[in-house]
Amino acid sequence: MNAPTAPPSPYSSAIGKSNIETHTLSVLVDNEPGVLARVVGLFSGRGYNIESLTVAEVAHAEHLSRITIVTSGTPEAIEQISHQLERLVPIHAVTDLTLRGNAVERELAMIKVVGTGTDRDEALRLAEAFRARVIDATIESFIFELTGAAAKIDQFVELVRPIGLVEVSRTGIAAMSRGKDPI
Amino acid sequence: MPEVAKTRMKVAESEMARIMTGAEMVVEALKDQGVDVIFGYPGGAVLPIYDVLYDHQHAIRHVLVRHEQGAAHAAEGYARSSGRPGVMLVTSGPGATNSITGLTDALMDSIPVVCITGQVPTHLIGSDAFQECDTVGITRHCTKHNYLVRSIEDLPRILHEAFYVAQHGRPGPVVIDIPKDVQFARGIYSGPQNVEHKTYRPRLEGDPGKIELAVTMMASAKRPIFYTGGGIINSGPEASRLLRELVASTGFPVTSTLMGLGAYPASGENWLGMLGMHGTFEANNAMHDCDLMIAIGARFDDRITGRLDQFAPGSKKIHIDIDPSSINKNVKVDLAVVGDCAHVIAALIARWKARGCKADPGALKKWWSEIEAWRARKSLAYKHSEKVIKPQWAIERLYAATKGRDCYITTEVGQHQMWAAQHFHFDEPNRFMTSGGLGTMGYGLPAAIGVQMAHPKSLVVDIAGEGSILMNIQELSTAAQYRLPVKVFILNNEYLGMVRQWQELLHGGRYSESYSEALPDFVKLAEAFGAHGICCSDPADLDAAIAEMIATPKAVLFDCRIDKTENCLPMIPSGKAHNEMILPDSDEVSVDAAGKILV
Ligand SMILES: Cc1ncc(C[n+]2csc(CCOP(=O)(O)OP(=O)(O)O)c2C)c(N)n1
Ligand SMILES: [Mg+2]
Repeated sequence: MNAPTAPPSPYSSAIGKSNIETHTLSVLVDNEPGVLARVVGLFSGRGYNIESLTVAEVAHAEHLSRITIVTSGTPEAIEQISHQLERLVPIHAVTDLTLRGNAVERELAMIKVVGTGTDRDEALRLAEAFRARVIDATIESFIFELTGAAAKIDQFVELVRPIGLVEVSRTGIAAMSRGKDPI
Repeated sequence: MPEVAKTRMKVAESEMARIMTGAEMVVEALKDQGVDVIFGYPGGAVLPIYDVLYDHQHAIRHVLVRHEQGAAHAAEGYARSSGRPGVMLVTSGPGATNSITGLTDALMDSIPVVCITGQVPTHLIGSDAFQECDTVGITRHCTKHNYLVRSIEDLPRILHEAFYVAQHGRPGPVVIDIPKDVQFARGIYSGPQNVEHKTYRPRLEGDPGKIELAVTMMASAKRPIFYTGGGIINSGPEASRLLRELVASTGFPVTSTLMGLGAYPASGENWLGMLGMHGTFEANNAMHDCDLMIAIGARFDDRITGRLDQFAPGSKKIHIDIDPSSINKNVKVDLAVVGDCAHVIAALIARWKARGCKADPGALKKWWSEIEAWRARKSLAYKHSEKVIKPQWAIERLYAATKGRDCYITTEVGQHQMWAAQHFHFDEPNRFMTSGGLGTMGYGLPAAIGVQMAHPKSLVVDIAGEGSILMNIQELSTAAQYRLPVKVFILNNEYLGMVRQWQELLHGGRYSESYSEALPDFVKLAEAFGAHGICCSDPADLDAAIAEMIATPKAVLFDCRIDKTENCLPMIPSGKAHNEMILPDSDEVSVDAAGKILV
């Protein structure tokens, strides 16, 4: 999703031009029809960025889902995003994990690499170094499964690219704050 | 009969009584919510509900509007003038899409409206059936919340929850989309008892520590100002009463947005007039030069702030609002108190008194003398004429003629709207209904119909422009049907005047498509609709014509021919700061390129 590219307006505040930051928001929602559309629509309607988004039910009996959104913007914009999300009626809680600090973030990726001969050995060596698992293999290809921080996945993808990267599928980030307390 | 069996039978009996169709549930829920008037328009997908209404006409009056947009604005007018939620009922497809402008208007101005839409039967949803549209998809961005009712079991809860959500926290419109099969299905109805939302519990009380801090800041301010908005009116009459008390105990000056007019009386001692783009010189300069701004139920909209980087540059700001997302959205504040206006103002007064606070009398006196100097510029002055009716004068005469009467004003959008805000003086809340956030031409007449339904005995006047009134003129037919004596006071300048004014100021007088050609004969138009028509162009006749309008016991269309090229001043041109106003006597007006791109 694109950042707004409107020319700087005299209405816009000069104070707001601080650094762009990337934050992970954890959003607990009622798992009801349309709730994801509300969240995504809020981002597009107000010109906010979504870098990644994951969603799944986390408490079946209570019908609760957790949406984890990685977004970027100025600290003021990110504060706005949190408040705008809180306004949505089916949303229970919004936590800015980046602001709280100390969160664990993980992502799962599947990476398909095609190659023969020494390329295969090289791919396997890299996979071992990154603790990626082989979940599918043919004479000419592998699918690796890799779980870790997003940066680690980025790095692995870059390393296998010259060997014969053909496809990547990533889940987006799941995140949780460390320690005994729930968020 | 053993006790257990007896009670079991009672339960069964009461459940039987509560077993009904979805359509019956809708009407039952409306009655349980105390709804006595709804605005609507029938169609295939709501026929079952209309069928039930047929038997409940004594309990719920249905007002048949002539366009669904009219239903939405009428519901808004009803809500804003009465403090109760407005309710509308429309069919699927075009009924729903025609409502969009009104729903958006209610969202922007935070008006509690419950809109029930019919939908094609569940099994046809998604098939592009006749008069199917994705109502919840389309209205997602123009409602506070919306529901598609998928089964009869969910219907009673959703109906009551919708009323709760529309009214609690920052109010807004809620859509309930009910497929036709759900309207026919039978289920167990439950009343509104204990219907709260699982998660939606807006905070009412302000944080005590922050209130303490606010009082400290207020006590040491040298140039304070209250900047109040529609949130005070939405909070209820108690908030307006408390605001008056707070102003009286502090002695601070007070200004208000368009939406907040009447919360503090225009006749009050500390009143500076409205602020913002067409606000008074004293209000805007006091905003610019204040050292403490206390914003209550206002949202720092661009019509208010003007150029943001020069907005009240030397001030500390306190922001009191029920909606946390309003805080720091456009303007960064020093202290935010999240809570309901009435609760927070009451707490401020209590702490101000308990701590024996007093504003610094020397500083306040000096501040007031600065304000008096700005006031002496008489920024709302205009040149009276004996030959042509000046719009400002027309509003003044209307005000004089209605003063002391039980009167409600609605407006359309344009210059006349701003003249109404400037020259009609409101001493009470809920008396001025105008489209602020969305600026919807065509709002005023249907809104006046809603107001008149809520206040059958009161005088209701729509201050209109000849352009805007034609956007929902069909509602005159509604007024005729229900014998609603609404008065439409058209300031007819034969121009889309506000557009003409901007073209004069920003586009070198190139009046592209802003002349209202081929206007109808409004007197004949009135007669065709069964209303009374009056035309007045001579200043000498105006008072008598207004008196005739007020005395006429039915709807009136008043064609008041005014000076065609009068501009609405004062004005902060786009992109300028509060202290860069154009006054009626300024000669040079310049708007730079950066200002031109703004609306
Ligand atoms: C539905 C809609 N369309 C367009 C506009 C843009 N607009 C704002 S004021 C205005 C002119 C209104 O003309 P009129 O009703 O005659 O009022 P006047 O300004 O002349 O008093 C227009 C076109 C609007 N506010 N609403
Ligand atoms: Mg006009």
